[in-house]
Order: sequence, then C-alpha cells, then structure tokens
Amino acid sequence: MSTLSVEKKNNKKLSITNISLLITIALLVLTFVVGSLRYDKFGSLSTIFNVFNDNAYLMVVAVGVNFVLLTGGIDISVASTVAFTSVLTAFLLRAGWNPVLAIALVLIISMAVGAGMGVLIQCFKVQPFIATLAGQFLLRGMCTVITIDSIPITDDFFMFMALKKLTIGKAKLYYYVLVALAIIAIAYYVLKFTKFGRNVYAIGGNEQSALLMGLPVARTKILVYVISSFCASLGGLLFSFYTLAGYPLQNMGMEMDAISSCVIGGTLLTGGVGNVIGSAFGVLIQGLIQTIVTYENLNTWWTKVTIAALLCIFIVIQRLLAIRAEKMKAK
Amino acid sequence: MQSKLKKLTKYQFFWPLMVLLLIILINGIISGGSFFQINIVDGHLYGRLIDILRNGSKLMILATGMTMVLATGGTDISVGSVMAISGAIACCIIDGRLLPSAGGSVAVAVTLALLAGLACGIWNGFLVAKVKIQPIVATMILMVAGRGIAQLVTQGKIVTINSAGYYYINGGYILGLPFPLYIVAFVVLITLLFVKKSAFGLFVESIGCNSTASKFTGIKVDNIKWAIYAFCGLMAALAGLIESAGIKAADCNNCGLMIELDGILAVAIGGTSLAGGRFSIPASLIGALVVQSITTTVLALGIAPEITSVFKAIVVVIICLIQSKEFKEMLTKRFAGKKGKAVAQA
Repeated sequence: MSTLSVEKKNNKKLSITNISLLITIALLVLTFVVGSLRYDKFGSLSTIFNVFNDNAYLMVVAVGVNFVLLTGGIDISVASTVAFTSVLTAFLLRAGWNPVLAIALVLIISMAVGAGMGVLIQCFKVQPFIATLAGQFLLRGMCTVITIDSIPITDDFFMFMALKKLTIGKAKLYYYVLVALAIIAIAYYVLKFTKFGRNVYAIGGNEQSALLMGLPVARTKILVYVISSFCASLGGLLFSFYTLAGYPLQNMGMEMDAISSCVIGGTLLTGGVGNVIGSAFGVLIQGLIQTIVTYENLNTWWTKVTIAALLCIFIVIQRLLAIRAEKMKAK
Repeated sequence: MQSKLKKLTKYQFFWPLMVLLLIILINGIISGGSFFQINIVDGHLYGRLIDILRNGSKLMILATGMTMVLATGGTDISVGSVMAISGAIACCIIDGRLLPSAGGSVAVAVTLALLAGLACGIWNGFLVAKVKIQPIVATMILMVAGRGIAQLVTQGKIVTINSAGYYYINGGYILGLPFPLYIVAFVVLITLLFVKKSAFGLFVESIGCNSTASKFTGIKVDNIKWAIYAFCGLMAALAGLIESAGIKAADCNNCGLMIELDGILAVAIGGTSLAGGRFSIPASLIGALVVQSITTTVLALGIAPEITSVFKAIVVVIICLIQSKEFKEMLTKRFAGKKGKAVAQA
C-alpha cells in the first residue's frame, strides 16, 4: 500500500470520529436549548456546572477506558475499581491513615491490578473481556471483604475537596471537577502528541503491523490497562469526594456507562479510532439527559431508554460511514 | 496408560470437569461428607448437589445459547436484560395487568414471554448479522434499554404474583428431581441433536474460525448468525421465566443482573474460545455448574456470600491460565530448565 492511500484511509477514519463528535456536540447544544425553552431556570450556568459536578468521576473513568478501547481491548473492571477505591479509602481514613498515604496506596493497588490484567492479556493471551471480568470480580469481592456497610468519610482533606467550590453568580463548580478537566487535558495531550499515544492508535489500527514496525506492543498494551485502572481509581476518589462515603455495592454496571460514553463520543470498539474529548462529551450528554428526565419528573429508567436509543443511532451512523469508506476504498 | 490419559485430557470438557470435581471434593472434605448427602422428603430429592443442579439450571440454559453465539465469534451481553423483560411480561400477564382478556393464563404468559425473548434475539441478530455492527456494541443497546423496557411493562413496580402453575416452573418436581432440570435436559437434547446431527454445528464453527472464508464456501453466514442470536434471546427468556418463577415476582432491577458475565464465564470455563471456532455445549454446561458450585460452596462454608466474587476471580484466572498456550509453554520450559540443571549437577 502506498503512503498516499494510508493517509487517505486515516483521514477517512478520523472523519468518522469527527462526525460522531460533531453530532454529539450538536445534540448536546440542542438538548440544552430545548431544555432551556421548556423549563424555567434550566438555561443557566448552574445546570451546566451541575452536570459537571455530578459526572466528573465518570469522565475520568471514561477517559481511562478510552485508552483501552483505542487498542481494541475492553475493560469491564472499572466500576469495581471505582467502588474498591472509595471503600478502601473510606476504610483507611476511618483507621486514622494520613489522606495522602491512603490515596497513594489505593492508586498503587489499583494500578497493580491493572498491570496484572494487562499481563494476563498480553503475555498469556487471555481475552481482554475475561481477564478484566476476573479483575471486576476480584475488586468487587475485595470491597465486601473490607466491609459490607457504608463507611462515611470525615477526613479534613476529603471534606475540603468535597465542599470547596468556585462560585460564579449562582453557579457552583466543585474543585474536584478541575481534577477531571486536568485529566482530560493530559490524556488528550498524551494521545495526540506523544510517542506512546501514537503507539496506542497504531496497535488499535493493526496490531500485527504495529509489531512488525517495531513498536513496543507488549509494553503499550499492558500500560493502557494500568492507565485505565489508574483513571478508574482516580474516578473512585472523585466519587468519594462526591458522596463522602464508601459503599461496596455502588456503581454496579457503571462500566457500561463509561463504554457507551466512549461509543457516543466516536470511539470504535474495534480500536484505532476515537479521542478523549469525545468520551467527555459522551458523559456530558448522558448527564444532561438525566437532568432533563429529572426536570420532566419522569422515572429514571427513561434515561436508560433514551441513552440506548441514542447509542443505537450513533452506532448505525458510524456503521454507515464505515460502509461508505469501504466502498470508496474499493473504487 | 499415558496415551489413554492424554486422549482423555484432549476432550474439551476434561479440565472443566476436573475443576468441578475438585470444588465438590473440597466441599465434601470441609463439610465432613454432609455435602454429598441427599435426602428424600415427600418423594423429592433434597441436598446440596441437587441445589447446585437446580440453581444452576438458569445458567446452564443461558450457557447453551451463549456457547453458540460465542462460537461464531460474537457475544451477547443483553441476556440479563432479556431475562428481566421476559419475567416482567410473564408476571404482568398472570397478574392481569397486561392482556386482561387472557385471564392470567400461565400458558399465554409463558408463550408471550418466550416470544418477547425471541423478538429481542431477532433484534440483536439483525444488528449483528445484517447491519454488521460489532456484537458487543450491538447487544449493548438492548442491555442498556432492556431494563428500561421491562420497567415500562411493570410500570416501575415489582409485580408479585400468586399462581401455583407458574411457581411449578422453578419449584416443581417430577420423579423426585426439580422441574428446571427437565427443561435443561429438553433444551440441551434438542440443541445437541440439531447441532450434531445436522451440518449446523459445523457451519457455526466454520463461521467462528473464518467468517469470510465460510461465506465464499457458500454458507449463509448472515442467516445463521441471525438464527443463533434469536436462539440466544429465546434461551435468555426461558432463564428469565425460571428466575421470576423462583422469586415469585418480576423484579426488573435485579432479575438477571450481571448474569451475562456469569454466562460468558461459564462458556469460557468450558473452554470455548471467545474468539470463536470450536465449541462444546456439554463443556459449557459443566462450566455453568462450576460457576454455580462456587456460589453454593461459599454459602455452605458460611462465609459472607458477597465474597463469592473473589473466588470466582481466582477460578477464572486459574482456568484461563490452564487453557493458555503461552502459560503451558512457560511451565514446560521452567520444568525442563530445572531438569536440565539437575542433570548438569549430577
């Protein structure tokens, strides 16, 4: 294949992401405008800020999962990692640990689990789905080994992070949201401008080619699972700022929220296509739909049905674009 | 002797069966033999082993459908939601909320619930086979929407029912054995007959190995995939009926929650590759029993049931490593290395 056609193909692949992303952003704006017209007080900065406040942790988790999805893998352990993090931190803090030490320990344990899953997947060729399923079971089980009750957090640092906020007029933005935004920025930079980021895309595009090109496939593939677990763990910390408690059964099934956010944001689960900004917008649109459902005084399951419909539309659009690209390539 | 043993270990269900026997043996030792006890009360068999079989029946049925889906190289993560839908429909009809004209007939309820499951499966199959969306993404749509749809059916309530006929699906006995076991036996027999006696099984394996090549040899890949997803949906609906008959209610939020993972796990333990290709339904059934017996073991040991998942994690890792070619190579190398050293020292 000549370089020209490779470039052409890349352009087409990127355009799939961009179109999904553009549609997502357009929908987000549209939802917001419709909401503002329909309800008093919806169209304000505080609605937007609240969506950020409520979904900051999910954004961080989705960013981490996006790394794995980009290599063509999948990570379904993230929801358990979030629960495990918040339970273990709550437990350690109750036992009188220094918050910095507790946070460090929790992050290190999660990253170790991520590395373990990565090694299983890369070195022993276990399917990503099954390996991360084992991780999910392990961490969820460890939560209940630690406690089966909800542990409240009363630590000063956590209280500080949970309660301090920026106030613009009536709108409030909690400090922990800034952490999430920083993570998105860093992840964007890493994927777009570093060697590692390029390797991630290359492996997702075609692992065999990446290997033949001499890229460090094994290292990169293990590393994406470490990153995913790290982000999930950080998301767990944000979640404990948000709830100020650790409960073993929280966030059941949240991994699918994270993955569907990525898909809505234009990430292909086959790998190689997508970016973290899209994932963040995917989370935001889910949050905004949730807000509308609350305003409309509907049952919360309407959120799920709407999101599923949205998912369906996006996936079909992506598929149609892919078919068009294939046809053009054939010509 | 050695060659015979080697032949035996070549069967797909050999290792899963060993794991199952090991778990049961550990149970027997810990419980001091009471684990194997089977009592006859009122002509019905009771005991832990029977419990495993009865409670594992849902998973065995799911695993039957899931095996075929995984063998084509796909996945179906919507089965839990389909279970919720079928349970919701059946309970609402028996309760009279839905179709009051049916008069709460169990037969109508069961038929419609199964049809709903089939419809869900057809939808999944359409997305996968015709629109050609990745299976995990395609079934994710129904997974997310399914519980919402079930809630729509039950109007967001837990519908409790009172119908001896419906309870029979989970609690009935024939010749001393629980009724769900007969459902499993029936479903598995029909499936096995169809898969082994016709070329269908071969087609499925060929699609799993190489879908494009199968297409060129004239196999109707799309239609077969479609049929398999429909079948999987039907199986999920059946499992949903057993579950809702067991708890005597339709609980849309918790019915079959995360069971898709257990189902896939059961098939993986059974040794069917998730990438598609060779499959064995009996091995998957054993896999389902392994998953179920872990749960039962934890209960029998008197440990907090929440810890079950830690054991599941350990078993998953062990089984995946046993089946991993790379791990075997590593082990043989290490042993060979030690032997080599020993020889050198001698």
